[in-house]
This record gives sequence, C-alpha cells and structure tokens, in this order.
Amino acid sequence: MDILLTSLQQIMSPVTAAYALAAIGLNLHFGFTGLLNFGHAGFLAIGAYGFAISVAVLDLPVVVALLVAVALAVLFALLIGIPTLRLRADYLAIVTIAASEIIRFTVNSSVLAGLTGGAQGINNNEAMGNSYSQAFKDANPFDAGRVEIGPWVFTATQLWAAILTWVVVAVVAALVWALMRSPWGLVLKGIREDEHALTSLGKNVRLYKTQSLIIGGVIGALAGIMLVLPSTVAPGDFNSRLTFNLFTVLLLGGAATILGPVLGAIVFWVLLQASDGLIQLGERGGWLGGFADASQLRFTLVGIVLVVLIVFRPQGMLGDRKELAFDDK
Amino acid sequence: MPRRALLLATALLATALLGLLLGPLTGTATAQDDYGFIPRVVDAAGTPVAGVVVTVRDGDEELGTTTTDARGNGTAVQVPDKGRYTLVFDTSGVPAGFAGGELYAVDKEVGEAHTLNTQRVLVSLKEKANGGVVPSAPVERESAGPTVSLPILVQRLVSGLNLGLLLAIATIGLSLIHGTTRLTNFAHGENVTFGALIAFLFCVVLGLPLVVAGLISVAAGAAFGWLQNAGLWQPLRRRGVGLIPVMIASIGVGLAVRYLYFAIFGSGTRRVTPESIPSVRLGSVVMPVSAYYSMAISLAVLVAVGCWIRYSHLGRATRAVSANLPLAAASGIDVDRVIRVVWILAGALSALAGVLLALLNDVSYDMGFKSLLLMFAAMILGGLGTAFGALVGALVVGVFTEVLVVWLPPDMKYVGALIVLILVLLVRPQGIFGRAERIG
Amino acid sequence: MTSDPVLVAERVVRGFGGVRAVDVEHLTVERGTITALIGPNGAGKTTLFNVLTGFDRADGGRWSFDGTDVTGLPAHRIARLGMVRTFQLTRVLGRLTVLENMLVGARHQPGETLRRALVPALWKGKRAADVDRARELLDRFALGAKAGDHAASLSGGQRKLLEMARALMNEPTLVMLDEPMAGVNPALARSLLDHITALRDEGRTVLFVEHDLHLVKSVSDRVVVMAQGAVVTEGAPDTVLRDPAVVDAYLGAHHDTDLREIIARETARETAGETAEETG
Repeated sequence: MDILLTSLQQIMSPVTAAYALAAIGLNLHFGFTGLLNFGHAGFLAIGAYGFAISVAVLDLPVVVALLVAVALAVLFALLIGIPTLRLRADYLAIVTIAASEIIRFTVNSSVLAGLTGGAQGINNNEAMGNSYSQAFKDANPFDAGRVEIGPWVFTATQLWAAILTWVVVAVVAALVWALMRSPWGLVLKGIREDEHALTSLGKNVRLYKTQSLIIGGVIGALAGIMLVLPSTVAPGDFNSRLTFNLFTVLLLGGAATILGPVLGAIVFWVLLQASDGLIQLGERGGWLGGFADASQLRFTLVGIVLVVLIVFRPQGMLGDRKELAFDDK
Repeated sequence: MPRRALLLATALLATALLGLLLGPLTGTATAQDDYGFIPRVVDAAGTPVAGVVVTVRDGDEELGTTTTDARGNGTAVQVPDKGRYTLVFDTSGVPAGFAGGELYAVDKEVGEAHTLNTQRVLVSLKEKANGGVVPSAPVERESAGPTVSLPILVQRLVSGLNLGLLLAIATIGLSLIHGTTRLTNFAHGENVTFGALIAFLFCVVLGLPLVVAGLISVAAGAAFGWLQNAGLWQPLRRRGVGLIPVMIASIGVGLAVRYLYFAIFGSGTRRVTPESIPSVRLGSVVMPVSAYYSMAISLAVLVAVGCWIRYSHLGRATRAVSANLPLAAASGIDVDRVIRVVWILAGALSALAGVLLALLNDVSYDMGFKSLLLMFAAMILGGLGTAFGALVGALVVGVFTEVLVVWLPPDMKYVGALIVLILVLLVRPQGIFGRAERIG
Repeated sequence: MTSDPVLVAERVVRGFGGVRAVDVEHLTVERGTITALIGPNGAGKTTLFNVLTGFDRADGGRWSFDGTDVTGLPAHRIARLGMVRTFQLTRVLGRLTVLENMLVGARHQPGETLRRALVPALWKGKRAADVDRARELLDRFALGAKAGDHAASLSGGQRKLLEMARALMNEPTLVMLDEPMAGVNPALARSLLDHITALRDEGRTVLFVEHDLHLVKSVSDRVVVMAQGAVVTEGAPDTVLRDPAVVDAYLGAHHDTDLREIIARETARETAGETAEETG
C-alpha cells in the first residue's frame, strides 16, 4: 500500500512534469514530423547547463539565463538540423545520438570544468550561495510548512514546484495543440507521411523540419531546466538512456497526440516508482539476492515495455488505432 | 574497388608517416622517471568525496599517501618506475553518509601499454543498503597532459590498429544484419558485452583457462545471436513491422539487456583474467602480450570471414540478399536461412570482439554500448551493409580514435570519432565504398 | 501553328557512375497540349522527370518553365511556379484523411507559415475556401464519399486518383504525371485518360510518361520518344508511332512478339525493380 501511495505521489513531482514537457518536444519531432531524434537528451543537457551556468557561474539574472538556454537550444538545432535533415531516418537517428553524446562528453570533460564542473557537474547549494534555483524558491507564494492533500504531505517548496512545472507543461501543450491544428501543423504531418509528396506540392520541407526541430528542441531545453531545478546538474543524467526513456514515455501515452506525452510521463514514473518499490520489497525478502544491483531491473522493465509497445500497441494509450504513429514502409 | 582501397591505404600510411615526421618536431620527449598516480574520489552521483586516504603500494612496500580534498582530489604520489601498483582507498575518514571504514584496493599500471606517465585514477563510491561503501573500480583514466613524441604516436597508431581490428569484428555482424534485414540494431553493443561477460564468468568465476572461456563465449554468442533472431526479429519480420518501429524495438532490447547485465554484474569494471598479463616490447611499442594475440586473432578471423563471404555458397547468398532481397528470394535463395546464419555469425563475432575488448579495457556492463557509436561510425564510413567496407571503416575509426588521444584529453577522445562520423554522413552519406542512390 | 512552349529544355545531362541516364539535346512542351513521353524501360524518362522538377540534380544543361529559368532550383520552388508532378509509385499521405491530403495540396495558404499559424483568424477564411474546392475536386474524381477516411485505406486505383486530384489543388500550369496508368485496371485507366483530357480542356498542360502505346495514341497531342537517355524523335502520335526507328527503339529484337505481352513483361519487371529499390 505504501508503494502505491509513494508511486502516486510521483505524479506531482517536477521530474514527472519535466519528462512530460520533454516528451512534448520529442512528440513534435517524432510523432508529428517523423524526425527520428535519438539525441533529445542533448537538448535537455543544453537547457540545463545553459541555465545553470548562466545563473550559478556567470551570475546572470534568471530571465537572461532562460534566454541563454533557449538560444543555445536553437543554435544546437540549427547546427545538427541544417546539414542533417536531408538524411535518411536511420542516419538522422545516428547523427542526433552522436551529437547528444558529444554534448555529454564535452560537459563531462575536464577541459571545460571551469564552466561545467566536469564530471561533478554543477552544485545547487543554497548554503554555498551558488544555487541556480534560488530565484524560483524565493518566488514561492506559499508559507513555509507542510500541506496535506489526502494521504500525501507536501512541503511548500514541493507544492510550489509542482504547480509551477505543471502550469508550464499545460501552457506548452496548449501551444502545441494550437500549432498542430493549423495548416502549418498539417504540413508537418504530411512531411511525416511522405516528404517527397510535400516537396512536389511546393512545400519547403527542410524549412518545416528545421522549425520543428527548433521548437521541439527549445521545449526539450526548458524541460532540461525543470529537470535540474530541484537537484543538481550532473552530466551522467543526460545519457542516451534519458532519450530512450522519453521515447518510452511517448509511446506509452501515444505519439502524435497532444496529451499522450503528459499521460505517458505520469504512467512511466508511477510504474517506475512502483517497480522500484517492488524490487526493494523483493530485496528485503531475499528473493533478488543473486543480483549485484537489483534496482537496475527497473530499466530492464522499461526496455521490455518499449519493445512490447512498439510491436503490439504502437499507438499507445491515447492514439487512434488507424492513425498509427509509424510509417510502415 | 581495389583501387579505392589502395588509395585509402596509401592515404592512411601517408598520414601516419606525416605524424611520425612531425612528432619529434612538435613534441618534447617526456621524462621517463616521472611516474605517479593522482587519485580522485567521487560518489555514485559524481559528487567529490573528501577525506579518503589513498595509499600507493608496491607489494607490501608503502610508497606514498595522500588524502582527498573537498574537490575529491588527492595530490600526486610518485612511484620509482613504471609498472603495476596497488592503490588502497581507506574510507574510514569519510564523513557521515559514507560511513564505511572499508578498505578497497585496485591494481593500476603506469607507464605501460595504454597509460601515460602520470596516471589519474578516478574512483566512484557507491552507497550500499547496509551502509557500507563499495567503491566501484576506476571508471576513467586520464593522462597527465598532451605530449607528442614519436614513440607515443607509434604506440597510439598500433593501439588504434588493435582497436580498429576489434571494432571491425564487431561491426561486420552489425553491417551484415543491416545489409540483409535493413535493421539498424541498437542492441548490437550488448552482444559484445555478452561475450566479455561470459568470458568473465567462465574464466574468473569458474576458473577455466582464458582460451577455453573465450571459445565458450564465442559459442554462447552464436547461440545468443540465433536466439535474438528466432525469438524476436524473425517474428517481427513475419508480422511486417516497419523499419523504424523495429529500430525502436532494438533500442528496447538493448536497454533491457544492458540493465539486466547491470543488475547481475553491478556497475564496476573488472579484469577478465585473475592473473595479470605481462607486457612485451616490440620496437618502441609496448603492449600486453594479449594485445598481440588479439591483433593476430582479429586478422585471422577477418580474413576467414572475408573468404567466407566472397567464395562460399552461403556467403555469396548473403551478398545477394543484401543487394536485392526480392530478386534473391525469386532466384531460389532461402532468405530466412541466410538471415539466420548472419545472426549466428554476428553473435559469434561480436562475442569474440567482446572477449578481446575485455582483455584490452576490462569488463563492464556497458562496455559494448559505449563502443556502439564507434561501430555505427565504422559501418557508415565503410558503406552500409558491406563487410569489406566495415573493415576499412573500423580501421579508420580505431586509428583515428586512438591517435587523437595524443592531442585531445582522453575524456574527449570519443568526441573526435563522433565528429568524424557526423562529417562522413554529411559529406558522403553512402560511405567510402557505398554507391550513390538513385532518387525518386 | 505558332509555338508557345511552357517547358523548354536544352542539353540536359544526368549520369550515374559513367552511364548517361539522361542526355537530352532539346525538349519542348507546348502550352495547352497533352504530351506523352514514351520509351523502353531504362530510357531515362523518370530520371528526366526528376531532373526537370528539381528532385535530382543535373550534370549539365538548362531548362526554363513558363519563361523562367528554373535550372537547378530546389524542387519545392519549381512546384510553386506551377510545375507539379506525381510519382510512379503513388505517394498518398496514408495516416491523413483524404480531405487532409487535398488540403495539404492547396497553395498560398497563410496558415502554413509559423508566424500566422497561431492566429486562426488569419487563415480560417482561406482554409474554408480550400475545403470547398477540395470537396469539389473529390467529387469530380469519385472520391467524395471517402473524404473522411484515412488515405491508407484507399485502393491502388483510388490512390492514383487522389494523387492527381491533390496535384490539381495546387492549381498547376503544367501537370507532370509519371506513369499514371501503370498497374491500374482497364476501366480505371479509361477514366484516368478522361481526367487527363479534361485537364487539357480546362487549359492546363500535361506531360505524362506511359508504356501502353494504345493509350498514348488515343489521348496525346504530341509524342516524345526516348531511348538510352536521349530523345529519339517527337511529333504527332500517328506519325511517330509508325516510325520504324521508334518501333526499333521501343521493341528492340522483339518485332514479332505481341506488343502487349512485352509491355506487360516490362511493367512487371519494372515494378519488381522498384519494390527492391523501395526496400533499399
């Protein structure tokens, strides 16, 4: 029962909101435009580092830091997008994953340690005066103390973070909805289906793809900021597992739907928490004694879920059976 | 084709020679007496851990001690000569949260084959449920700084060839699978890790000789390859699942298998053999004896596979299926059988690559995944789906990655290879040997 | 007859690895006519289509459309000028509805730019007009009842019709149809021919690739014959199709074999080849 309650509390977590937001960005790439972006973690890393370095290292105001993160994400999208968007789907996948790994290796490297903190990442420590999330904490309108909602207890900080992050998710989801019902959105979906057909009808396919990559990438960068606000920035968090987790989120909820990423993120984290709880239970009971680190079995589960989804229910929970999210050519 | 290959070989050789010539001019020969270790300790999240006492020992003789500071760094501990030393990490002085008092020892080489004179040793501590601290083995090696000299360059070049040959063995399977089934297999790295883990199991846990363990591992790899095809990919092909969903499924498989390895094996890196391997000097090149064997085995296997593809009936059928599947099927080739054989071969080859890679770099749960992008680079560089191309591509990537370390900090060495991968895709997406595709 | 060419191409060359797939000295397409492009398999017809429409680059030559030099322009800009093509293998947008397929074809849509997409007031009017026009065209192509279905659910013939109708949404001056009749049943082929004739009658120019000489004869005003990348001859269908050089180029050594049989075989081979390329 405890496991269930803890798992459900995960819904309110800023991390879940960050995943939802990141998956919305990925959905624009993959679900709507058909771009096989396997380097989404790179966009999140750029957002997180761009923001945290601006505030904690360069002492810039939060608004400027946000702009820096967005600008860097646009730059990254242009850098990988302009030359690569003419490539085949599997090549694009390899280039994007390579690009995101380059980002991760670079921020992890000792070369830039003065800015990025190298392998240690960036601290977010109020006491040491280098907290990049201080401005958000200061803006908290709730009185310090605890808030009880049903069986769950939140601190004021947690409540404020939950509200702030989920409002951002809602706003961005609404924005994507508005975009996708416009003729612009229809062109994106057309490109997903067959870009040559769209070219033959006079649409500048690479321009649209670049726009999609930029918008989805900026959304990813914002998600990256969200992801690190409650904790610290660590280079290891932005490995390709993050990207693949996001694909699982997207496929769980349903690609090419507006609320799929949101629902997917919630279900993903609740399941991940629940399985973690079950694994701990199993460890305590001694059933998982043969494993060196049984908690990692969660990600084995994620992998299996990904395979099962893509094979048996590619439309996810919210998708239309007929409008499968993939090209079956 | 052969002319291109010749051209490429010449270009490579020329680059190497140029490097050799420039080496002595641009670099200063490093002092040989300046050997040492710089320890650094972080926890699982990468946060530095202060107060760990690190002692460097040569057998029972204590050579020096340093304590990590707030940034997790110790100062350099000098050692008299190159060779293998033991570093003992004493965590009893670590503040709360890392209550332990456990001792942990790790053997490190300095001045030998793949290391440079002053070796940084990064150790990450992992909190265990029982409150103890279990440091995982060093996760990273760093050199003291870029120094270019002829011997170092030659050393790097030979290491690069070694890595390239290894990559080639692993990549041929990836490339043949792509050629015959159009699957871009993101789970291929796990096949490599599989080989290393099986070798570790039989050699270290069960105490069999390394050669026997290696053979068992190759056989197990073949079976693993067969199993993946029969259990998953063949049914998916029967269902007519599209290429992109299948690619995503391969990511799921990779994730599932990789973290299963993690759960069973833990996050540490370990040696594949209990005994240490002696080094042999050949000219200015010093490598563990295993590296020489590794190169010889790789070469022999590559020649054998090359002949098989070129001359055997089944090998020719494989090429036919890669070139034009409907035509091959129409002319009576049993496509399912060809694909089955390709998967078995790919499993065996990547397991072999895993064993050899483990001898070179130790065993870890994600060792194969870490080299997956290099394999993709090799595959694309050589032109998708061709075995010979994969070989040349792998050699280029291997040499490039290793030689780059002369100028780049080692923690950036993959970046160079990845940038090359991206450039190749942009400039010549069909690879060195692939044909341009007709559009429309 | 005074000449009013819509498309003029000079010395267009495109090679693949030493083979000259296209080497066309001169080609014109007269305004308001139906021109058929015929030739044996591998004559370079599709490659010429690809080059002229910007889907493939040329190694040399110049060509102009409607008086504008369009040499080397990107495909979407050529299309915007009013030169719209279809494909040998239909390219319908499977997971969009038939109506959406049509709407995507419309030109000058304000809502297609990112700036205006978020303000429906700026594009609602044009969209409504496009919907009306799309429904009209769908009715004309006997797809009216299918408007709400996913295009993937259409039959092969219906996809051909949809692709042609979608090209018309773009209000092209020149419609370039790459083998519109390949692989459709005789009844549908007949109806496609009627549509092609109707296009000319409403003032558009049509250039189409076809294998079946009988069909070509019945509908085209002019015939251009290609072989081994070059234009062998061109002129009125009756004269051209009786030209022994054409018969030679087209039929090669198969003089006595029944024409239909050869064409059927050619088509089958080509389709097989295409499938292989698709998977490749």
